[in-house]
Amino acid sequence: MNLYSLTIHELKAKIAAGDVTAKRIVEEFYRRIEEVEGKVHAFITLMKEEALSQAEKIDGEIKQGKLKELSGIPLALKDILCTRGVKTTCGSKMLADFVPPYDATVVEKLREAGAVFLGKTNMDEFAMGSSNETSYFGITKNPWDLSRTPGGSSGGSAAAVAADECAAALGSDTGGSIRQPAALCGVVGMKPTYGRVSRYGLVAFASSLDQVGPFTKDVEDCALLLEVISGYDPKESTSVPVPVPRYREFLGRDIAGWQVGVPKEYFGAGLDKDVEEAIQRAMVTLEGLGVKLVPLSLPHTEYCIAVYYIIAPAEASSNLARYDGVKYGFRAGESRDLLQMYKRTRSAGFGAEVKRRIMLGTYVLSAGYYDAYYKKASQVRMLIKRDFDAAFEKCPVLLTPTSPTPAFKIGEKTDDPLKMYLSDIFTISANLAGIPGISIPCGYTKEGLPVGLQFLAPPFEEGRLLQIAYAYEKASPIPKRRPKL
Amino acid sequence: MKIGKEEVKYIAHLARLEFDDVEVEKFTTQLNDILLYMEKLNEVDTKDVPPMSHAIRLENAFREDVVQPSLPPEDSLANAPKRQDGFFLVPKVLE
Repeated sequence: MNLYSLTIHELKAKIAAGDVTAKRIVEEFYRRIEEVEGKVHAFITLMKEEALSQAEKIDGEIKQGKLKELSGIPLALKDILCTRGVKTTCGSKMLADFVPPYDATVVEKLREAGAVFLGKTNMDEFAMGSSNETSYFGITKNPWDLSRTPGGSSGGSAAAVAADECAAALGSDTGGSIRQPAALCGVVGMKPTYGRVSRYGLVAFASSLDQVGPFTKDVEDCALLLEVISGYDPKESTSVPVPVPRYREFLGRDIAGWQVGVPKEYFGAGLDKDVEEAIQRAMVTLEGLGVKLVPLSLPHTEYCIAVYYIIAPAEASSNLARYDGVKYGFRAGESRDLLQMYKRTRSAGFGAEVKRRIMLGTYVLSAGYYDAYYKKASQVRMLIKRDFDAAFEKCPVLLTPTSPTPAFKIGEKTDDPLKMYLSDIFTISANLAGIPGISIPCGYTKEGLPVGLQFLAPPFEEGRLLQIAYAYEKASPIPKRRPKL
Repeated sequence: MKIGKEEVKYIAHLARLEFDDVEVEKFTTQLNDILLYMEKLNEVDTKDVPPMSHAIRLENAFREDVVQPSLPPEDSLANAPKRQDGFFLVPKVLE
């Protein structure tokens, strides 16, 4: 087994036993990156020099007996997370040369825990997209089939983990941007509860929906990373002062007798047959563990996409007003006055999808339309949340497919924005309700593409998600495959 | 039609964007399709439903008013497209 194929907990054991140095691990991962990155294009920026010197520093610490939670573990970061002194582009021409003067809180926490950063991963521009095709820096390919997208918007992070270009990665999820690419690339991805993980230093897209979370090779690693990145941050006013449990303690606990809700709206028309079969098989496995499946209804599910594509663009149009060519980022050439400079800068700096969402958001917030769109959407959002509240009174956890289809072809949905939006149909609801969700691999289609199984839980019950996901992972009879690259 | 070409141009101005005729045409069609899809929401009875603006109920987040280190001017200006004498430089605002 190559070092780069190992999970975090396996690498930790090797480092703790003194079998391998942090430097050796980083070198192995860069060898792997050199081997496959040309095909996958998961990264926007590689940080080889920093990574190697960081690894040497960590090795020095280890020699002195200072072994931290993630000492020497090589990670990748979605290029939406600010890294001090390292370019943070957000997949946009607008920020192509932006070098943040500070670290995001999650980056700081990982650094303090001894992690080594290999690079910044590709993403849809400003996280607006479901396929990585809106990135200014080219398209990331799905490691399982290079003619397909890895999903998005954190497609680079998902692909990097699937292709063994890092041990694990961080992404962000506003409407499914961690869970959907995790499903399409056959890795584990979690969107924590809104407020669980600090958003300080996460470039803002839709502030009432954005959340940072991990991509990992298994559920144990997910629990470990979540422990490190979670917690209240005085710099982030929507982070919630709820104590962080030791999430790893939930692993291995029995789930017999659990009532798992299965919302019927997630199994209707549009669900790929192979995906449905994989989910059905997973349900049989769970029943074998003593779980009772409870059919139920989340009646407002069909309105999630409409609500999301009003609220998210509205928040985005406000958040992205800051890109005006003055303090940082791109500025268009000579302009006769300030207004012209703004317009030229924004028109040349943003790509088509970002402009489409800014336009949509500006429209729904403009005088005369606010009540009809934004207020209406916020009211239906409340009804969506109430659906979940009612479901969680009966069941501690819900089970759904993560995405209605496996990875789709590059170019397949780029001409039809609405069709692209519909690929987030099963993930958006968790962001609207603010609840945590996890996607884990649960088998393959006939063509050999991975399928994702999603669990949802009430706010701050990530432990339950990890408990059931881990139990399923251990019990699954499906042999684990790796993409052939 | 939910939105016409002239309105698209006006919204673009509000958003500080500008489009050529081909783009205006394309955006008008696409925005119409998307807004028509949003019509679905009118099926839902939302009488007496309070709007939800945030997922988690939070009280005001206060902290002690203590001076803390902030970014040095050089760091703050480091990413500026144009700068002069410790200031951000922009085209003229007034005629």
